[in-house]
Parts: sequence; C-alpha cells; structure tokens
Amino acid sequence: MSFNQSEFFDLGYLDYLSYKDTFIHRLDPRAKFIVTLVFIFMVISFPKHEISGLIPFLIFPVILVALADIPIKIILKKLIVVSPFALMVGIFNPMLDRKILISLFGIGISGGWISYLSIIIKFILTISSALILIATTSFPGICMAMENLGMPNIFILQLMFIYRYIFILGEEVVRTNNARELRSFGKKGYEILTAGNILGSLLLRTIDRSERIYQAMCARGFNGKINLFKKSRFLLKDFLYIILLSGFFIFLRLFPLSQFIGKMFI
Amino acid sequence: MSHHIIKAENIHFSYPDGTKAINGISFEIHHGESVGIIGPNGAGKSTLILQLNGFLLPTSGSFNIGGTPVTQKTKTEIRRHVGLVFQNPDDQLFMPTVFDDVAFGPLNLGLSPEAVEIKVEESLRIVGCLELKSRPSHHLSLGQKRAVSIATILAMEPDILVMDEPSSFLDNHSRREIINLLRKFHHTKIIVSHDLDLIMDVCERCIILNDGRVQADGTTKDMLLNKTLLEKNKLELPLSLQNK
Repeated sequence: MSFNQSEFFDLGYLDYLSYKDTFIHRLDPRAKFIVTLVFIFMVISFPKHEISGLIPFLIFPVILVALADIPIKIILKKLIVVSPFALMVGIFNPMLDRKILISLFGIGISGGWISYLSIIIKFILTISSALILIATTSFPGICMAMENLGMPNIFILQLMFIYRYIFILGEEVVRTNNARELRSFGKKGYEILTAGNILGSLLLRTIDRSERIYQAMCARGFNGKINLFKKSRFLLKDFLYIILLSGFFIFLRLFPLSQFIGKMFI
Repeated sequence: MSHHIIKAENIHFSYPDGTKAINGISFEIHHGESVGIIGPNGAGKSTLILQLNGFLLPTSGSFNIGGTPVTQKTKTEIRRHVGLVFQNPDDQLFMPTVFDDVAFGPLNLGLSPEAVEIKVEESLRIVGCLELKSRPSHHLSLGQKRAVSIATILAMEPDILVMDEPSSFLDNHSRREIINLLRKFHHTKIIVSHDLDLIMDVCERCIILNDGRVQADGTTKDMLLNKTLLEKNKLELPLSLQNK
C-alpha cells in the first residue's frame, strides 16, 4: 500500500497536482507566492462587517482553479477539513453583537451575523488561495521562493526535510498499522497501550533514521550550512503576473466594485 | 593524495555499550582495486565501513587513507576522497528533488553554480537518470533511487567508492543494471554485500570477515569457490555456482 494514494491525508495528491504543466504551473514560484500574499493581505484588511467588498475576490481562486486544471472537489474537501477552526472563531459573534444593521424582508440581521459571515468568506478566500498555491507550485519551488525573498535558511531547511520525509514516515505508519491490524483480529481493549508502543517505536526509528541521514549529509561535505542551488528564471510574464494581479487586488480593496455594479442595474 | 592506498592496521573497535565489533583487522587496498567485503550478520562489516569515513574512530589501531590517518581532525578531508553510498537510498537522498540532491555535495565543495550544474548533469547521465532531474525523490522507484544515490556520490568525484549492500531492495533487472554500472567505474571500490554473485561479478578481490576478524583475504575466485571456507564463516557458495 502506497502512502501517496492513501486516504490518510491527501497530501500526496496536492503534491501530485503541483507537477502538472499549465500556464499557472509554469509561472515562477516567487510570482505566485507574492501574488498570493498580496491577495491574502488585501482580503484580511477589510473591516469586520464587510461582505460586498469581499465577493469580487472570489474570482481569483475560481479562475486559478480553472486555468491550472485543479479538481475543485479537492479544494472544497480541504476547506471543509479546516473549517471547524474558522467556524469556532466567530461562533459567539451573533450573541455578542446584537445591534440590527440591516433588515432583509422584514427580518432584522444583527451585526454579529454579518461579521460571522465576513469571517467565513475571508476564511474561504485565504485558505483556498493558499491551497491553490500549493497545488500549482511544487513544494521545493515554494521553499526556494521564500528563501529568495529573505526567509532564514534554517526555516527553509526544516520545511524541506519535513516535505522529504513526511511521505516516508507516513508509509512507515501505514505499514506498522497494517502489521498491528493483521494480528489484532478486530479486538479492542489494549488499543491505547499498543498505540503508545507504536508511537514509541516510530520515534526511535525516526531518531535512528535522522542519525543515518546526518551521516549521509556529512559524507557529502555537510559543514553546518546547506547551500541551495538557485535556479533563477524570472521572466517578463512573471513580472506582469505580479503587477497585474496585485494591482487588481488593491483596486478591489479600494474601490467598491460590487456597489458600482449594483448601481448600474438600479 | 596521489596513491590511494587504504591501510588498516590492527583495528579494534567496541561500541559504548561494550559490544566488541572489531577485534584486530589489518588489510591494505591498493589504487584501482575493487574489493568485496563479505561475512555473516554481525561480522563487523557495517562498523568497518563507518570507520573508513571517520563516523566511528577505532578504539585502537589506525586507518590510513592515501597517507592521511583518519582522525577527528582529518575526517572532513577524508570524506572528500571516500564516497560512501548507504544501504537505504531514502537515507541517502534527503533533498526534495533529484537535482538538489546531486547538487548538495558539489555545492558544499564550493563549486560555482555553472560548474555544479554541469557536474550534476554529468553524474546523472553516467547512472542513466538524467531525465529524472527535476523529479522529487519520493516519486522514484527503488532502482532509480539507488542509481541517483550513486550519482550523488559520483558528483563529489571521490577517488574511493564505498558501498553498503548496493543490490538490496532491487529486482533482478535493476540489480543487473547496478552491477553493469559498477563494473564501468575505475575508482577504487569497496563493496560490502551479502550478494555473493554481485561480488563475483564486480570485485576481483574479496575479504571475509567474521567475529570482527579477517578470516580470509584473496582473489574472489579462490575464495568463493572454496566451500569449506565459506561454510566455516556461515556463508554459502554463490547461487550461480550451486548445483554445478
């Protein structure tokens, strides 16, 4: 059983998507990283009762999903997985802020409900754009982009090692669990104890492995600092991508497009 | 270091818990030789390999590689000349992509980016994996991982290649490809393996270890045909020689 196809956490699938070859995938990781950052920053900078201003921002994830040929299901699925966090953050808003702000068909809607909705829209926008970034940019690409943009080397290395070994650790967990299941005959009872033992042995194996990896690094001249190979291929289209999209997001942030379109029809 | 003579003189080694792994090993390996080290489990083979690269230092006795004794001080220098390929390619390949992995060593040696790129492509071409360059390591098959592991070491241009079980985890076809590859190299080679047929194909000399001692040292043909010697050391005739 391969971890990459396992349902444990579709990490492998997002990773697999990131090696496709579309216009979006071919953009420089730095361009995509910066644009995503600008997007997220613009979205979260809206005041707490904003809804109409946020709606036009949906166009970014929608267009990217279409252009990059990403199955929308996977993005939605992941949104649902992380959603409890966002849902809990705003859950008390409707109780704390009872002032009626607008009334629709005679029903008064309090400020709390509106800010709650605003939080949820912001959550959908930011998380989906981050997921799309991961699904369109290889993980090493993102690391390289962050390193180029000034992130300290040590954090980059942590991320790269996590990326390299999470698949191996995952496969090991799956194998160990299969071995446990094979001999537990559907029994329950000692499960907690066994889980403890399994975790312990996984930890020991991980430590052993890290020792061997360290030796492999030393065998190739590691001396405390990892030098990354810089592949620079920042093209005009990457530059344009940053300028156009960032400009568009800033425009959307400053100019209430929804209201403008609404007025045109009234 | 023009003459890469590897000289072990009366090596003793015990682990911190008191286990004696090596009890007095001496041998001399000359430039361009390819030597197989065989022996049963626990004979001290892996311990010996780690000492060649200064990961473990002998409790007594001394290693001398190309005139330089292996010590705490010289180990970085030694590692430039001795390339060690580990048994498990997942330990050997620790960078996210194949390219980064092969580039790791040359970058540490301080080569310029252009030189690194040339070196990486050259090494990958030798092992026949150039088209895997931008793939992430975890998408490779085990045979490919093994070949790339060897490329990561070749990129360092070592004079001496040391390999731990180069044929483990491999199917017959990949194993044959690795054997053909190893035969092409003109480096001094030290290969530790349980795969006696591989040793027959690749090495002209063979050292049998058992109980942390050298039990026999001679040409591979003589040693691997000697059934009594092999059985005394918990080994068997190579498969290709059985039933003949």
